[in-house]
Amino acid sequence: MAAEGSIDALGQFKLETSLGALGASVNFTQSNLMMLIAATLIISLLYFGMRPKAIVPGRLQALAELAYDGIHSMCVDQIGDEGKKFFPFVFTLFMFILLGNLLGLLPFSFTYTSHIAVTAALAITVIVLVTIVALAIHGMHFFTYFFPPGAPKLLAPIIIPVEIISYLSRPVSLSIRLFANMVAGHVMFEVFASFILMMAAAGGIGYLGTVGPLALNVILVGFELLVAFLQAYVFSILTCIYLHDAVHLH
Amino acid sequence: MSDGKNSSGKPDPSFEARLASARAKQGLDPKPVDQSAGDMKGPSPMGVGLRVGVELLSALIVGASLGYWLDRWLHTSPFLLIVFVLLGGAGGIANVWRLLGPAKPGK
Repeated sequence: MAAEGSIDALGQFKLETSLGALGASVNFTQSNLMMLIAATLIISLLYFGMRPKAIVPGRLQALAELAYDGIHSMCVDQIGDEGKKFFPFVFTLFMFILLGNLLGLLPFSFTYTSHIAVTAALAITVIVLVTIVALAIHGMHFFTYFFPPGAPKLLAPIIIPVEIISYLSRPVSLSIRLFANMVAGHVMFEVFASFILMMAAAGGIGYLGTVGPLALNVILVGFELLVAFLQAYVFSILTCIYLHDAVHLH
Repeated sequence: MSDGKNSSGKPDPSFEARLASARAKQGLDPKPVDQSAGDMKGPSPMGVGLRVGVELLSALIVGASLGYWLDRWLHTSPFLLIVFVLLGGAGGIANVWRLLGPAKPGK
């Protein structure tokens, strides 16, 4: 804990090894543990959710079908018919980010999407895939993407570097957006929770004052639930938009 | 449901009205869903502002780091850094234009 009265808002993002001595020996952090839990939850949702194969779905099956159908229609709407090929990738991406955001809201857990290393790895995977898809479909024609047709040839030395930088900034903006949203939300939780402790430490009238930050934190949990869904949605829909650009070019 | 229909097979209008009022009273009809949260066509002003900020910043980061590494590689410090920071800023504006500008005529 930091010095008296100061707020240690970033300590919650510190990586520590988990699973005891075994985890420590291979540097298995709590972030990795949460990823494993998220992956297990996704797979069991789909496995146990779809096992009944009921015509009128139960709760789990409805959840699994809703997730599957939602992402499937997003892929087809955004990319077109070719989107079906990319559905497994986008679905995995969406569920992994969503579970990371949601699991992070549980007490004593850890938000792995709050680390830029994780979000940047995801975003780089996306951009590498998009580039490979574009090169595979269009070959060398892909490079005309960096010079819009009809632009004056004289401006090429300026337009081409700007377009390349703009293309390279996609993974950066993807990863920063997700990481910054998660960090901001969790820092706010921590700050308001510290206000509760400070108020209570003041004693007397301070006990009454704890109601304010506590109520704010309750509201924040609801807001963070929205952000968790929204950021997973934004990440996957931007992936779809980039894939659309790769498949259709311009 | 058969007693709610008249001989022509269409629902009786008074029955529909009574059903609607009864449903409204019991709170069975779902409220119109607020589309602004998840819909990319009408995102909140706050969301648009955040996206614009992130786009500007990320292009600048890419431009600056490209310039820095090219300088390290070609030993031209600091000229390429200066050029690429400017290009990165332009790239950010291009990103924002693509985000908010008019749709392309081809689409």
